[in-house]
Amino acid sequence: MGEALGNALVLVASGDATLLGIVGLSLFVSLSAVALATALGLPLGAVLAVAHFPGRRAVVVLLNALMGLPPVVVGLMVYLLLSRAGPLGSLGLLFTPGAMVIAQTVLILPIIAALCRQAVEDAWVEYQEQLRSLGVEGARAALTVLWDIRFSLLTAVLAGLGRASAEVGAVMIVGGNIDGVTRVMTTAIALETSKGDLPLALGLGLVLIAVVLALNAAAFLVREAAQKRYG
Amino acid sequence: MGLMRVLILFFALFSSGADAQQYITVASTTSTEQSGLFKHLLPIFEKKTGIQVRVVALGTGQALDMGRRGDADVVFVHAKPLEEKFVAEGFGVRRHEVMYNDFVLIGPKADPARIAGGKDAVQALQRIHQAKAPFVSRGDRSGTHFAELELWKAAAIDIAHDKGSWYREIGQGMGPALNTASGMGAYLLSDRGTWLSFKNRGDLVIAVEGDRRLFNQYGIMLVRTSAKSQLGQAFIDWVISAEGQKAIAAYKIGGEQLFFPNAGG
Amino acid sequence: MILPLRLEQVSFLHVLQPLSLAIEAGPSTIILGANGAGKSVLMRLMHGLLAPSSGKVSWSGADPRRRQAMVFQRPVMLRRSAFQNVLYALDVAGVTGAERLASEALAEVGLSHVARQPARVLSFGEQQRLALARAWALHPEVLFLDEPTASLDPTATREIEAVIRAFDASGTKIVMATHNLGQARRLGDEVIYLHQGRVVERAPVEKFFAQPSTAEAAAFIKGELPWV
Repeated sequence: MGEALGNALVLVASGDATLLGIVGLSLFVSLSAVALATALGLPLGAVLAVAHFPGRRAVVVLLNALMGLPPVVVGLMVYLLLSRAGPLGSLGLLFTPGAMVIAQTVLILPIIAALCRQAVEDAWVEYQEQLRSLGVEGARAALTVLWDIRFSLLTAVLAGLGRASAEVGAVMIVGGNIDGVTRVMTTAIALETSKGDLPLALGLGLVLIAVVLALNAAAFLVREAAQKRYG
Repeated sequence: MGLMRVLILFFALFSSGADAQQYITVASTTSTEQSGLFKHLLPIFEKKTGIQVRVVALGTGQALDMGRRGDADVVFVHAKPLEEKFVAEGFGVRRHEVMYNDFVLIGPKADPARIAGGKDAVQALQRIHQAKAPFVSRGDRSGTHFAELELWKAAAIDIAHDKGSWYREIGQGMGPALNTASGMGAYLLSDRGTWLSFKNRGDLVIAVEGDRRLFNQYGIMLVRTSAKSQLGQAFIDWVISAEGQKAIAAYKIGGEQLFFPNAGG
Repeated sequence: MILPLRLEQVSFLHVLQPLSLAIEAGPSTIILGANGAGKSVLMRLMHGLLAPSSGKVSWSGADPRRRQAMVFQRPVMLRRSAFQNVLYALDVAGVTGAERLASEALAEVGLSHVARQPARVLSFGEQQRLALARAWALHPEVLFLDEPTASLDPTATREIEAVIRAFDASGTKIVMATHNLGQARRLGDEVIYLHQGRVVERAPVEKFFAQPSTAEAAAFIKGELPWV
């Protein structure tokens, strides 16, 4: 363990170009996926929270269940879609960072949407009457509540980010772990482990944890500052 | 929603992963990649032609499947019968021999099956079978797995029906297999390249080597449906050219040559 | 003109028995009754937040939704400044000159000095005044108030009552639910007394308190008097 910690520090201090490339790509892929999943998932969750339609409860249960989608399964499905033999093969996205972003977006969209739905539904109890009194209904009401509780939605977004940065199954299958092109932290760790270089793998793992910790700390500070400002 | 458009643009810009540089996708095996050969070889080719070679490393079976689906432009593996079938079925254009390396039979220092130092791989397997000594198999349709199965056949052992709990199929790559063998003090068949770069040996050593039946031939094929046949063919032509062959021979780990070029031979 | 509002045989589950009444323009109407009498439900039926189990609620005139506003017992503010909360209501209503109207409304209730502060850090009484400012900016024909001062201290209560009087003076019809007799006498012109989901008595405010014509009303007044 001590050797691993030493490795991690040496890795970071050396500013190794390959490592920086891997960390950079990991951040690009996961943050892009989070951005996309948030842009799609928050409105989806908000509207689902306030809408009434037949089968609504089934949709809610399904969305909650999809939070547990196994990354390998998502990877496999996206692979089959993007493969040259598949429907979207002509896009040539397989084995590129783009494919990895798509796969991770699919993976974390249910998480962000479902957690958002719960948050908006809980807040809706408070806002509902007043908004309806003012003549605000439907999608507009959902989005007003969504925007009002935006800082507590940070937790949902962070949950998505955590899932994306930690998974290896999806990005391995659709990215191919190509050296210098689609190798991210998790696939690099898997590779070093399979090569038997456990100290290096562990060192990379610690770097990954540190990066995710830093992102979470930043988000926490943003939330605190906002709390003070908006009450 | 203007934000969405910006995101999509940003995403499209980076999704190719290599700002409009030409590239081909090569399906190869984990053992070849982990030997470090590509890290040594590919920069030479890229510098000469400006074509980036992206290697996706899988098991031999999966690499060939990737070729069948058209997700790779070139397939570079080491399982001659499977490769010839690939060409016969029309998926590959033509098979070229590239190089060979060898397999080694690895085992624990304690050597329960008493095979250390031997020169006969087939006899060694018979002894392992008799002693019911723990043996780790790749079990993943890889070239190494295939070679292992051929050796059991040569030893007149029907391993599919005659395996006991001493025979552990793990369905994973060479590295995990070595990790597992190291962890349980078992024998296994490994390619020399992965063995030389493997860092978690524990008390594993080479038990048997040098048997001609342990030689491992590599072949390279252009995928017929590739959209980049010209680039793919350029890579193949270089690999079997005098220059490419020389580069292969020049790759060493700890002063030892790993691969022996034999294209056109 | 969206008044008069007519309720014809309107009932709601087991809370309100079928009742019919008309709310006319002019005098402030107080809905009086004990807790659980059905005041809040009646208010929400009139304002359109609840649909009746039976019967009909009908306004006169066009576009009744826009010409009403409601203030609840607990004010619900968005996480924005006081000014922006009033602005939001005006934007929803599609009113032009929203910024000017918002400033005027805040001045009317005496909250100009906190216009830029986050609404949620204001005191409860100030938030309730803000809710009234929000309603004021819309210049509604009818203002519904559901126990607006039940959660406030006497000082805040006085401030709220002053604003309600200003609304009344400007011509807005006041319909207010309360169980506070003193408040009813101070602000109301007529009283509708609810007892266990039924309209038991309706009379001008002074007559109601001096000479209630029903036993239930008399008992209520007697019971509540010490607490006024």
